[in-house]
Amino acid sequence: MSENKNIILSVKDLEVKFKVRDRVLTAIRHISMDFEEGKVVAIVGESGSGKSVFTKTFTGMLEVNGEVSNGEIWFEGQDLAKIKKDSEWEKIRGKKIATVFQDPMTSLNPVKTIGDQISEVIIKHQGKSKSEAKKLAIEMMDKVGIKEPDKRYDEYPFMYSGGMRQRIVIAIALACHPRILICDEPTTALDVTIQAQIIRLIKDLSEEYGFTTIYITHDLGVVANVADIVAVMYAGQIIEYGLVNEIFYDSKHPYTWGLLSSLPQLGEKGEELFAIRGTPPSLFEAVKGDAFAPRSNYAMKIDYVQEPPFFKVTDTHYAKTWLLDPRAPKVEPPAAVKNLHKRMLALTAKGGIYGER
Amino acid sequence: MSVNNEKEVLLDIQHVEVTFNNSRHHNFKAVKDANFQIYKGETFALVGESGSGKTTIARAIIRLNDTSNGEILFKGKKINGPLSKEDKKWVQRNIQMIFQDPAASLNERATIDYCISEGLYNFQLYKDEADRQRKVDEALNSVGLLPEHKSRYPHEFSGGQRQRVGIARAMIMEPEFIIADEPISALDVSIRAQVLNLMNKFKEERGLTYMFIAHDLSVVRYFADRIGVIHNGRIVEIAESNELFHFPIHPYTRSLLQAVPMPDPEIEKAKVLKAYDQEKEDRTAETGSLQEIKPNHFIFMSEEERPEYEALIAEMEKYKEN
Repeated sequence: MSENKNIILSVKDLEVKFKVRDRVLTAIRHISMDFEEGKVVAIVGESGSGKSVFTKTFTGMLEVNGEVSNGEIWFEGQDLAKIKKDSEWEKIRGKKIATVFQDPMTSLNPVKTIGDQISEVIIKHQGKSKSEAKKLAIEMMDKVGIKEPDKRYDEYPFMYSGGMRQRIVIAIALACHPRILICDEPTTALDVTIQAQIIRLIKDLSEEYGFTTIYITHDLGVVANVADIVAVMYAGQIIEYGLVNEIFYDSKHPYTWGLLSSLPQLGEKGEELFAIRGTPPSLFEAVKGDAFAPRSNYAMKIDYVQEPPFFKVTDTHYAKTWLLDPRAPKVEPPAAVKNLHKRMLALTAKGGIYGER
Repeated sequence: MSVNNEKEVLLDIQHVEVTFNNSRHHNFKAVKDANFQIYKGETFALVGESGSGKTTIARAIIRLNDTSNGEILFKGKKINGPLSKEDKKWVQRNIQMIFQDPAASLNERATIDYCISEGLYNFQLYKDEADRQRKVDEALNSVGLLPEHKSRYPHEFSGGQRQRVGIARAMIMEPEFIIADEPISALDVSIRAQVLNLMNKFKEERGLTYMFIAHDLSVVRYFADRIGVIHNGRIVEIAESNELFHFPIHPYTRSLLQAVPMPDPEIEKAKVLKAYDQEKEDRTAETGSLQEIKPNHFIFMSEEERPEYEALIAEMEKYKEN
């Protein structure tokens, strides 16, 4: 979507299918997207929208019943979609593209020491000796904010708190200095105060190491904090894409409007909260037209017939909705979206905690 | 705490303490000297991080955790400690709970019909089979599900629908008081609003009173009338929700409010996080108590802290005028 920038990863017309019992589910429906080097891209969407599946294709981590059925994923001159062997994936996964998952308890091995789990990665991917790896691992633990790392090196995951465990997962992911770090809901299982620390940590480290961050989350507050660029996903597609300010202050797709205006943070006391009606479509069946149309208050006839293309809003902002077609009637976004910034300021600034900023 | 004469107190928590004894924590006080009232018809939110004791208080109210000190009064009647069989039943029926994870709180092997009727069976709250059916249908309708869903199993529903079932099974008991323990945390953003609206609808139609347990302050601002902030088993601040957002006084409340990510990039990107000073809180733990620093605004403090907090309030008032 953007040219003449430093593109680190380029996805072209990607389709992913899963076999579930005797049926076929199309989880990703033809996504094309470029990831700019060094930027933080947030992928937002509900569960089932395909955001995790999308990024799992970058590291060959699709479940066994899933496959890339169409498209290309270009990274360092190689089409990742063509990789079949696990031995080939090992040159990419963990080494060049690493992932931090949601639940640090399940991504760490409970019967291995913290230190061993970090060194293991360094030995495997960088070919260091055991003692060198230990030194590097302790350095890494220090980097992610573990106090007295040499003492805690031999401890087990259960001896760490949730936030500390997530720091270790980040240390493991960054141990090989990957070029891309995928953070899949990294703070969803954590408390807000811990979440704030982990977000900060990932941000600081990305500046220090210069990796590209792909952030998967459903929390728009987190997105506002971390993202340079936001991609909104719905029913296996990206439906809007733009700079973070463009998405929050000038969004164009009715689904993005719905997401923003249903935020309880924006609700007015005594008024009903805006709710997107219905549920997302089943991806077992082919989707006709705009997948969001049945839930949209702005759906037009064409939305049920033909899938909208991406319309360009600015050089950095695109949205997949017929509302942007010159022939479409002019519609105004909901009030809650239009004055989002004003509302948030009224809520936070007046002598409240945000007055200190 | 001063008694508010205009409003009827539905639930009165007085000096409640819950102590756990196990091999790891000897006499671990999960809830320390909790004092608050919930008025009839209001939504009271209890907000805190995991391990703060918010769910423990809820469990003490519904008698799942024993209290080691203090009294819990529901409609003026003591409901903690030993109770007669009838009184226990009365509590169980009138205080219902909605849980965080609807997948875990519904019996996977039971039909929706049974899940919703379970309370009716336990308390014999129906005249005959036709009456039970009618009640279940009504409950399903009221949460936006259809009677034909009755024969299905919980796994056949989406998360939002399952939470509606969770609400239906609480509502069918016609309780006066509902404790909702993180009812929307496990739901998707677009479904959260639906469930919150549904809960609000019941509150208006049936004059329900809610205790809403949450870890996310930003959600409760919209939903709650009053908010209590709990930290390490101790309630550190109680105020009306707008008041709390505009005048957060206790340092812990302030750090919690600040940590919540706001859906606004300009605010978020400019935010500087302040670390919370736990040691200071520990110093006041012995001498402090919950005190009214502004009308209907209570914070946990010791007397020597009062000037400091009063100065903070004055500063915030000044800021607000500008």
